[in-house]
Amino acid sequence: MKLGNKRRYLLAAAGAAAMFATVGGARAQDVKIGFILPMTGQQQSTGKQEAAAAKLWMAQHGDTVAGKKVELIIRDDAAVPDNTKRIAQDLLVNEKVNFLAGFGITPAALAVAPLATQAKTPEIVTAAGTSIITEKSPYIARTSFTLAQSSVPMADWAAQNGIKKVVTMVSDYAPGHDAEDSFAKEFTAKGGQIPDHITFPLANPDFAPFLQRAADDKPDAIFVFVPSGQGGTFVKQFVEKGLDKAGIKIIGPGDVTDDDLLNNMGDPILGTITAHIYSADHNSPANKAFVAAFEKANNGMRPNFMAVGAYDGMHLMYAALEKTGGKTDGDSLIAAMKGMAWESPRGPISIDAETRDIIQNVYIRKVEKKNGQLYNVEFATIPNVKDPIKAGTIK
Amino acid sequence: MVTTSATAPLTPVLADDVAAYLKRRSRWSPLEVVFWIFAFASIWLFPDKYLILKDTAILALFALSLDLILGYAGIISLGQAAFFGIAGYFSGLVAKYGLINEPVIALVCSGVVAAALGFVTSFLVLRGSDLTRLMVTLGVSLMLGEVANRYASITGGADGLQGVDIAPVLGRWSFDLYGHNGYVYCLIVLFVCFVIARRIVYSPFGLSLRSLKGNALRAAAIGIPVKWRLVAIYTVSAGFAGIAGALLTQTTAFCSLDVFSLERSADLLLVLIIGGTGYLYGGLIGAVIYKFLQDWIATLTPQYWQFWIGLVLVVIVLVGRERVEGWIAAARGSVARLGDRLWTRIRPRSAALGGAADGD
Amino acid sequence: MLTILFDGVAYGMLLFVLACGLSVTLGLMNFINLAHGAFAMAGGYCTVILVNRLGVPFVLGVPIAFLVTALLGGLFERTLYVHVYARSHLDQVLFTIGLVFMSVAAVDYTMGSSQRFVQIPDALQGQFDVFGIGMGKYRLLIIVICGLLTIALQLILAKTRFGSRLRAAVDDQRVARGLGINVGAVFGITFAVGSGLAGLGGALGAEILGLDPTFPLRYMIYFLIVVTVGGTSSIVGPFLASILLGIGDVAGKYYVPTLGAFVIYAIMIVVLIWRPQGLFARSTAR
Repeated sequence: MKLGNKRRYLLAAAGAAAMFATVGGARAQDVKIGFILPMTGQQQSTGKQEAAAAKLWMAQHGDTVAGKKVELIIRDDAAVPDNTKRIAQDLLVNEKVNFLAGFGITPAALAVAPLATQAKTPEIVTAAGTSIITEKSPYIARTSFTLAQSSVPMADWAAQNGIKKVVTMVSDYAPGHDAEDSFAKEFTAKGGQIPDHITFPLANPDFAPFLQRAADDKPDAIFVFVPSGQGGTFVKQFVEKGLDKAGIKIIGPGDVTDDDLLNNMGDPILGTITAHIYSADHNSPANKAFVAAFEKANNGMRPNFMAVGAYDGMHLMYAALEKTGGKTDGDSLIAAMKGMAWESPRGPISIDAETRDIIQNVYIRKVEKKNGQLYNVEFATIPNVKDPIKAGTIK
Repeated sequence: MVTTSATAPLTPVLADDVAAYLKRRSRWSPLEVVFWIFAFASIWLFPDKYLILKDTAILALFALSLDLILGYAGIISLGQAAFFGIAGYFSGLVAKYGLINEPVIALVCSGVVAAALGFVTSFLVLRGSDLTRLMVTLGVSLMLGEVANRYASITGGADGLQGVDIAPVLGRWSFDLYGHNGYVYCLIVLFVCFVIARRIVYSPFGLSLRSLKGNALRAAAIGIPVKWRLVAIYTVSAGFAGIAGALLTQTTAFCSLDVFSLERSADLLLVLIIGGTGYLYGGLIGAVIYKFLQDWIATLTPQYWQFWIGLVLVVIVLVGRERVEGWIAAARGSVARLGDRLWTRIRPRSAALGGAADGD
Repeated sequence: MLTILFDGVAYGMLLFVLACGLSVTLGLMNFINLAHGAFAMAGGYCTVILVNRLGVPFVLGVPIAFLVTALLGGLFERTLYVHVYARSHLDQVLFTIGLVFMSVAAVDYTMGSSQRFVQIPDALQGQFDVFGIGMGKYRLLIIVICGLLTIALQLILAKTRFGSRLRAAVDDQRVARGLGINVGAVFGITFAVGSGLAGLGGALGAEILGLDPTFPLRYMIYFLIVVTVGGTSSIVGPFLASILLGIGDVAGKYYVPTLGAFVIYAIMIVVLIWRPQGLFARSTAR
């Protein structure tokens, strides 16, 4: 019996060794783009906007570029990072995608970064907005924005326009901290005061107690960052607490006056001032055409900054393919993307050749009513803003 | 049948009977052998499905841990994610800071950590009704999630634990992009854990659990220390859940707050209900069905897959879970009979070959 | 300080209206209905359609939402739930979770995934200032409505013929049938009213809690906490539990914002360890 056991263990060990032998894979001829988006769960509005925009690009520009047929694959990760990672791996190994794109939240983008490096596949971040993302892999390029990009101009504007005391309120995760840090540093450097920094959980049903706390400091304005899709509740409760009547302003990156939700928020939101990279009201022929086509294709849904991120992401991938003449290896593609510049619906944008992050205009906007609809109306432009954290303009 | 053998006074003759009965029961049936052969064959059969297979193996182990307490001791829980999560973070942290580099040792340690938490919290679930238990276990895992979120400097908070670098298994096999080694690793761990679980439930200890699930009062009356048996199995189950969590962290080199989420525990319950409880394979089969069904539907319709999963659940209940399980059992029965018939034909020969098939 | 108390009470009241239907089905009918939040969501969306699209006044929209969800609840009860009453708790959980998934996807498909808000009349916006306590008008309205509802429910259950029939049907179905009580109808009406209340809660709460397709999943935990902490044998238990949790949650967030949602879970666990059957359970509770 003993001998039998021993033999069996040996066999098992040999079997295990055989099982660990690795396999390889070959690349297919067509170009595949794998979008990983939160189509269900709390961030699902992001996914819906992005998917719609990517499909719109395909409908407008055809599925052939540089002689290659392009296939768009959209997968749902429900904004759960380990899902994202598994799906990304699956897309790389089984679908043999040439691009990974999307990523609704920062942790999802970060989770995939090591895979992009390992597989030498470009990872196009079209939604998540934390500064560090692009530093995590040389194959990452971004077409969305960074929070610091709009928070710093916001701080400048506030300091120049008689706002002296601000309470910051941000969601407790990386983009929130980025927004808060960059705003606070710039604002205090310009002589402003910040008596209280409030963070609240990402999934948060009731803002009232946090707002009460902020109100007790009697600030001139509240600087707020909430993830795309939650801005409405915040503003509703802000008004309900009577803070608008107390003369407190809402300022912040444009997530809080998300175009997707703005119309549902009602009149109380009028006059809110935000700094952001895109407004559906942006006055350019490119944007008018984009908004009209998007609304037509999606039953009247208005595109927001997430949609434009995905649209530009598609543009970037198409343009890179054209520039490489259809070469699909990651190194050529990412090299082609560096320094690329074009006119987006949001205005002129380019990809920073050093950081692979986006350089774009930031607009200061005010919520106004136009033809019975609420819009973020742009009234000041800060041209060609680089990500302030990576550019080292704030310490 | 089980309870009567446990409740009857153990005269020497009967004790022999029980021992023989236990031994007979604990023998691997041909169907089980086929199941595991197929499981290991999947390594070569489905080379392009490693990633989902890996996730399935982890889910199966996780479901197995719940089956131990739900199917064998009747404790309903929505808090297995607490153990899954704490071990996930533990294994991620020890790897990140280079405290324990060998994944296998880290895995065992994570299991021990989770089991320790299980032991401590087991006293909370001994009281109250089904609903109270559900909520207490759920509360524990949600609180741990909040703690992990709070100490973001250690855990990375809502951004997840970044920069985890997992050393190769036994210094030889590193986790590759294709998920091949990851899957093999998970499958082997699953198998080892399964064998341990099997030993536990077919031991006299396991029988005593069944008896107290059937009737705790009577079990206590014949001298089974109900409380300590429950504590013990809850602790073991926590350890298994922990190993599953550590596997996830190790194979993805990443860990986020979602490991503590309600969805994770709830999915588990669904898996177990689909597969059936109380025969150990329920979790495994349920995991395979659930994972592949979900993946298939989610690929077809990324936005609305929840609807179809929901529909499947509703239909399962309306048709009658018993009936579905009846079909499965019938199918199992007929396959088992077929297997037995084949077995009896092969057996004389294999016995002549050294009794390797007989087990120990 | 008192403002916090006020906000907490309002939040608690809202939780109560949302959860009391669940406590009725669970406590009286011994049925775990995780899909309760789906009815709340239905009420919320119903109000959104009525008020925002069809221009129905808010004061009319809310009662209509109650009726519509009650009808919907009754319909589901008769066609689907009735088959599941006698099943095990596990089956009930599986079945109702399935319904939740379906409702989430169905609403996403028909109404879109972005958050919706009910346009409440201007008269209800802003807040009063009474002796330095800021009282939101809308929250005050919620407190009044919910307070009245609680009293009404307690009276119906304790004093009316229907209430006694219901309690009889719950205590012993067979005997109740023997006494000529139409148990099916009693359960059906109770379920419908419970769903209607959830719909009412959803209609009122859309403003404060936000309304999107994931609503039933997000608030499921809160409902269950209210019901388990309060115990399931009466209306008073869940009511007091809601108030306690509402104040605890709001005060916790105000005074120690860094702890966030920790407080509400801690309250629950402490209470359940202390009194496993809930705070206000009858000693003979099943």
